[in-house]
Amino acid sequence: MRASQRFKFISLSITWAWFGIFVLAPIVLIGITSILTQNEISIVSTPLTIQSFYDTLTGGYAPIFLYSLLIAATTTLLCLLIGYPFAFIITRASNRFRPLMLMLLMIPFWVSSLIRAYAMVIMLKAQGLINIALIYLGIIYKPLHLLYTDFAVMSGLLYNLLPFMVLPLYANLAKLDHTLIEAAQDLGATRWQTFKGVILPHSIPGIISGVILVFLPAMTLFYIPEFLGGAKTLLIGNLIQHEFLVIGNWPKGAAASVILMLITLLLLIPYWKSQPKPTRAKS
Amino acid sequence: MHNPIIELKNITKAFGQHIALQELNLAVNNGEFLTILGPSGCGKTTLLRLMGGFEQPDSGHIFIDGYDITNLPPEERLVNTVFQSYALFPHMTIFNNVAFGLKCNGIDKNEIKERVEETLKIVSLEKYSERKPNELSGGQKQRVAIARAIVNRPRVLLLDEPLSALDYKLRKKMQIELKQLQRRLGLTFIFITHDQEEALSMSDRVVIMNDGKILQSGTPRDIYEEPNSLFAAEFIGEANVFDAIVTESTKQNTTLKVQNKTITFPEPKQFKAGEKVHLIVRPEDLRVWTEKEVKNTDDMLPGQVEQVIYKGSTVDLIVRLIDGPLISATEFFDEDDEDLFYENGEKVWIHWLPGWEVILPYEG
Repeated sequence: MRASQRFKFISLSITWAWFGIFVLAPIVLIGITSILTQNEISIVSTPLTIQSFYDTLTGGYAPIFLYSLLIAATTTLLCLLIGYPFAFIITRASNRFRPLMLMLLMIPFWVSSLIRAYAMVIMLKAQGLINIALIYLGIIYKPLHLLYTDFAVMSGLLYNLLPFMVLPLYANLAKLDHTLIEAAQDLGATRWQTFKGVILPHSIPGIISGVILVFLPAMTLFYIPEFLGGAKTLLIGNLIQHEFLVIGNWPKGAAASVILMLITLLLLIPYWKSQPKPTRAKS
Repeated sequence: MHNPIIELKNITKAFGQHIALQELNLAVNNGEFLTILGPSGCGKTTLLRLMGGFEQPDSGHIFIDGYDITNLPPEERLVNTVFQSYALFPHMTIFNNVAFGLKCNGIDKNEIKERVEETLKIVSLEKYSERKPNELSGGQKQRVAIARAIVNRPRVLLLDEPLSALDYKLRKKMQIELKQLQRRLGLTFIFITHDQEEALSMSDRVVIMNDGKILQSGTPRDIYEEPNSLFAAEFIGEANVFDAIVTESTKQNTTLKVQNKTITFPEPKQFKAGEKVHLIVRPEDLRVWTEKEVKNTDDMLPGQVEQVIYKGSTVDLIVRLIDGPLISATEFFDEDDEDLFYENGEKVWIHWLPGWEVILPYEG
């Protein structure tokens, strides 16, 4: 008993220490920074003020927040539309091909996403692979303007975030009992009715997990808009990075971070609500 | 014979190298309670899935009411299935589970409500319509699965081992309920099971399958009393099998040499003299006498009691025949034989009424 008690104490302490040092402390630090005043010598100093929040919300940043939300939402929707059939096909693949397909999905992640963003630049630029191929095939005559557009940013986000949509959906759909699909067919359901009535309701938790895993990073992956969107596309992530590292206004960057965190928490509410509540199951 | 409601002609189905069904023919009459009985892996589930449309035969045709439905997908067939795992939709209420088929077929809302409520009443679950499947017991889920199928008024109801997940008592109860339901609805049931007791007690007709083939088809009584193969005899109920040699066979009688005795049985089937045969007797048809009780032992086989198993209403005896196999005999307590006391090692005589045995050609 005493040994197991000690083990319990030690393992829980390590977990809480980890959370405290790497999760709680940074959040508290950002929270404190956001209500301090900018100072050229010591970076931040007293007095405490909410000026930074006021500046962030009024100083022309609101459109950037909205624009980020729009880009992130569009990316998430595209990930869902592509990722859902993708995940479904993997679950229906034979035992031989399923691990291979999952493997192919993961392999790009062995390479830093920064390097993959550079690779996207090489694909999309005026003299890039896509333009060369299209011109060679005679489909276009002069290079398309692909790089430094919203299209490029969303392609980059999509490429980086698709697995975060596919994996939770795959985990969810793999648990779907195939007999339920047969039962629906047996009762006269068409393919669409089977999807709408049986498969989709079953996969809602997977969809919500995927949406959260894609939507939140899509707003904050600052280097992808930086590389692929050029100076034109500025998202919240870029804004925060810019405030901290270029302008050096830490309180304002911290305030923007806090606002982003609050938006995130709001978006998590439907997820918490969707979690299955324990139900009484009679035997 | 009436016109069959569902008919399978020359159905063959293989999965890779494994032949699940071989040149199979089956016709089911309207309103019949047909049970397909066989050990696991005999092809009975494949047969059901072919009828439901979940598998396609490699060759052969399936007809419903005379129409070839071999290539129709499940959703266009007028049959419904009760799945072994019930396959209830977990996110839907009981009402919506039962209404699902009607909704898919574009039935008017008021009619759906009426028919679902009526069907839930038939299976006595009208109070549970707003519950979710995981809030019901096994027997209740079973009834929802049946309600969800019959609400669509199918021509044939396919049931894939629907009672196998229930405990013994509940299974007994559901057997009676199912049979009553089938009579009341006048619906054709095709019921799959590996439980011979279930098959005998519920069916109008039993079809015995093994290795992708139909071995025998008949009323439960025919199947039990006149098995046409060693497999059928041993699969249904218990059977004592003796090896015997025909010494003489006429139109009325067959004389066998069995366990060094020569006994004549009334038997219309004719065999060749010298032919090896199986002699099959059910345990409950055997009489076991102690040495004191009998004088004339000409038609009896000698043995020694190895084990006595008391079962309440019966006593089961395991008897080792002299120079022969172990056999089992079931003795009932009744007025003729109140004295059912046997001791281990006691010498006994085994006897049965001539005509209660089955003689089958030798099967190697």
